[in-house]
Amino acid sequence: MNPALLSIKDLKVYFELRQGLPLPWREPDVVKAIDGVTFDILEGEVLALVGESGCGKTTIGKTLLRLIEPKAGIIQYRDQDLAHLKGVSLRAMRQKMQLIFQDPYESLDSRQSVFDILAEPLVIHQRVTQKKDLQACVFEALESTGLHPAAEIAQRYPHHLSGGQRQRVAIAAAMILEPEFIVADEPVSMLDVSVRAGILQLMLALRHQKNLTYLFITHDLSLAWVIADRIMVLYLGKVIEIGPSDRLIHAGTHPYTQALVSVIPSPIPDRSREQIILKGETPSPVHVPEGCRFHPRCWKFQRLGSPKECLTQEPDLRQVAEGHLAACHFLD
Amino acid sequence: MSTLLDIQDLAINFKTRSGDVHAVDGVSFQLEAGKVLGIAGESGCGKTTTALSIPRLLPSNARLVRGHILFDGVDLMQFSEGEIEKIRWKQISMVFQGAMNALNPVKTIGAQIIEPIVWHEPAIARGDANQRVLELLERVGIPAARARSYPHEFSGGMRQRVMIAMALACRPKLIISDEPVTALDVMIQAQILNLLKDLQKQMNLAMIFISHDLSVIAESCDEIAIMYAGKLVERGSIRKVFSQPAHPYTQALIRSFPNIYGKQELIHGIPGYPPNLIHPPTGCRFHERCDRCIDICAQSEPVLREVGEGQIAACHRIGETLP
Ligand SMILES: Nc1ncnc2c1ncn2[C@@H]1O[C@H](COP(=O)(O)OP(=O)(O)OP(=O)(O)O)[C@@H](O)[C@H]1O
Ligand SMILES: Nc1ncnc2c1ncn2[C@@H]1O[C@H](COP(=O)(O)OP(=O)(O)OP(=O)(O)O)[C@@H](O)[C@H]1O
Ligand SMILES: [Mg+2]
Ligand SMILES: [Mg+2]
Repeated sequence: MNPALLSIKDLKVYFELRQGLPLPWREPDVVKAIDGVTFDILEGEVLALVGESGCGKTTIGKTLLRLIEPKAGIIQYRDQDLAHLKGVSLRAMRQKMQLIFQDPYESLDSRQSVFDILAEPLVIHQRVTQKKDLQACVFEALESTGLHPAAEIAQRYPHHLSGGQRQRVAIAAAMILEPEFIVADEPVSMLDVSVRAGILQLMLALRHQKNLTYLFITHDLSLAWVIADRIMVLYLGKVIEIGPSDRLIHAGTHPYTQALVSVIPSPIPDRSREQIILKGETPSPVHVPEGCRFHPRCWKFQRLGSPKECLTQEPDLRQVAEGHLAACHFLD
Repeated sequence: MSTLLDIQDLAINFKTRSGDVHAVDGVSFQLEAGKVLGIAGESGCGKTTTALSIPRLLPSNARLVRGHILFDGVDLMQFSEGEIEKIRWKQISMVFQGAMNALNPVKTIGAQIIEPIVWHEPAIARGDANQRVLELLERVGIPAARARSYPHEFSGGMRQRVMIAMALACRPKLIISDEPVTALDVMIQAQILNLLKDLQKQMNLAMIFISHDLSVIAESCDEIAIMYAGKLVERGSIRKVFSQPAHPYTQALIRSFPNIYGKQELIHGIPGYPPNLIHPPTGCRFHERCDRCIDICAQSEPVLREVGEGQIAACHRIGETLP
């Protein structure tokens, strides 16, 4: 196994939510968006981060890039603790890490031409000083993401590109400073299926060429299964299972993972498959349930006759097999 | 079984400043009472336009070029606006994506579900109508006590349940659902799909189910129709079309979805983009993106023909022995 590029230890991210009038005697609600997560991202891997809406995927991604301040915990990047980095050293680190968003429509500045979008970071970080080098760099970035002829595309504005082309520009922009680590937050979920494959192939090809490491955020487990080396499942701000992709999908042990996998729609209809449909919706991270946070929706908890452990004790991640961990008192 | 809906040679254009968009061009299909037909295809292929033409809810720049829509044997195209209004919600109702925008934010959900009931059944006693609202809510899995809540007090999944309750309010024969679960979370999506399936069976509803996600259609429908650039390119039973897709576009579309019960390999895309529908390509509309394209494909338009039991497809190369 590769060494860790990032080591995250007991990371917590809380938001204060003020509702109604800001009266001094009123305590704000605390949203425990990330509630103590520990995991590694290995050098050169694609780690998929999956889970239902609001479980904290984007918050983790942005916190790793220090776009959101953590409340507690360690984010170790090689030998530096990012969580406490400031000023010039933080800015230097940020060049090594980039974010690709879900929505190419929002992430690109519509008033800038494609050329300016790509040239700006190079100029700001003084990577290129000669005008002709700048052009060469920008054109090369465009060509490498499959946007040609580069000279023609460079002059266009984002609204004159298709959704797939726009996402390619966003990828080119993320790659231009030659980062080591990329957080891709639902990078293909707005795109038509037929265009998706091209973008994913591009991202995976760049990973090999440029030796990149990805945190790939998605709510689509079948997609995570085909593109990631490992999958990490988040529930209400906690990691509940992590392991090699194929194991997680076909031999997942946490009752939540098993339920999520059972409802993946399959293009090959097979009605004999048993679905585990969880009742209700994820509770609010303002009122996290006691004990195991999943127990109010857990089918196994019900089947086992509401065991006491689940109500009182938060389960820790335990090893199920080599490199495969899950947090449940009653693993298979 | 009797044919409930019979769409014949439907063609719809949109007027735009750059020219007429040929959004739907010669689409025909039938739907039996109590059956579910899925319509799939890439964004912009004409799924929504086809569906909205049935209850005549197309935007004002749309024009019916030709075709007939027979519902229970009568041609809806001949109906006046007043006549079609009597059918909307009563006989044919709709569930759309983004129920958030469809619900009125300043009215309780109970007050909104009751609207189509009292409109279509003016003689109904208030108490009976109220009773029906409470039953409908329970039926879609919302506690009756929530009838006094406002839409913003509900999550996206709950609002979609409200939309379903509204669609059922007048006991229609046909429900058109356009991407009913697209914006929802996986688990909520499974809940809503199951709810729709159960209700459809219990009430013997016919349903048109539109989705860009083939997997969702495979799990929810009896039959599937695949559209490409305004044309119907293949139609048949779910089992047939998924096990023996005949059209190269259908085959490519199926390969675009990962399948956790199949091989763990990166999905394949379809090169290029759907064509411009102001000037659609000559011949087969798919020929520019098709890996089996030969000369004739660019010149003449293939017609739909039978390729298996109850399965039809439009491709010049069907019937050739594969290399
Ligand atoms: N700035 C903020 N202030 C208050 N609460 C926030 C803030 N940002 C996120 N949250 C809350 O933190 C939780 C985690 O949000 P996050 O956006 O990380 O979820 P997610 O897993 O990315 O969801 P999605 O799949 O919908 O993108 C949610 O409950 C969200 O409402
Ligand atoms: N009001 C309109 N004016 C002009 N063109 C329109 C209008 N509505 C739709 N179109 C065009 O008609 C074609 C069919 O659109 P339609 O909305 O039916 O597609 P769809 O298959 O439902 O796509 P999606 O999956 O994105 O919902 C598209 O090319 C679209 O751009
Ligand atoms: Mg997010
Ligand atoms: Mg549509």
